Amino acid sequence: MKELTINATLENIQTVTDFVDGQLEELGCSMKAQMQIDIAIDELFGNIVHYAYNPEVGPVTVRVEVTEDPLAVSITFIDNGVPYDPLAKTDPDVTLSAEEREIGGLGIFMVKKSMDEISYEYRSGQNILTIKKNM
Amino acid sequence: MKIIKKENGEALRLALEGRLDTNTAPELEAVLKGSLEGIKELTIDMTALEYLSSAGLRVLLGAQKSMNKQGSMKVANANEMILEVFEITGFSEILTLE
Repeated sequence: MKELTINATLENIQTVTDFVDGQLEELGCSMKAQMQIDIAIDELFGNIVHYAYNPEVGPVTVRVEVTEDPLAVSITFIDNGVPYDPLAKTDPDVTLSAEEREIGGLGIFMVKKSMDEISYEYRSGQNILTIKKNM
Repeated sequence: MKIIKKENGEALRLALEGRLDTNTAPELEAVLKGSLEGIKELTIDMTALEYLSSAGLRVLLGAQKSMNKQGSMKVANANEMILEVFEITGFSEILTLE
């Protein structure tokens, strides 16, 4: 298990991506799975930057865990900001035309579709969101 | 992300290189905002684009809406990963892919 605690800022999305990618490369993760995870980091860490502490800045802990049989990677995002459950949002209607489209909720929808598991809990003042991807 | 802009009369081609995500989508939005006046044909060339997140989809949707009013827009050469994102999100029905 490896952990990184870092401020929730837009610039740090890259730092988190590099931190996670480094571990995925060690595992021989496929390019496709890595890109799906990178997109998930952009969506989830980006959400925390926008909603958790805004306009203040606060810390986020990103934890990467590897489990075997079957080989899978779990990434957990923990922040102490306002309670925010991204899974509570209803899935967007992806059949609407350009004019009728609303963009809200599309990011978390993409994450749900590309990951094998996603879970959220609010515990002891912390938002804890975990994604799991089978390798 | 790098944006290479090629204008030919009423046609504009924007070639994107790198990643279209939370940090880079505003750059594309700014270029579009400053370039679309008088444009009838917009092409977004994704040959060298690795992937995009929902922040990128938001900007593409805005561009498509603008071009619906003044001409047409195409998205060219998107890779398999990006095509899958368009498929999942229903953007393959909104955008003209080639």
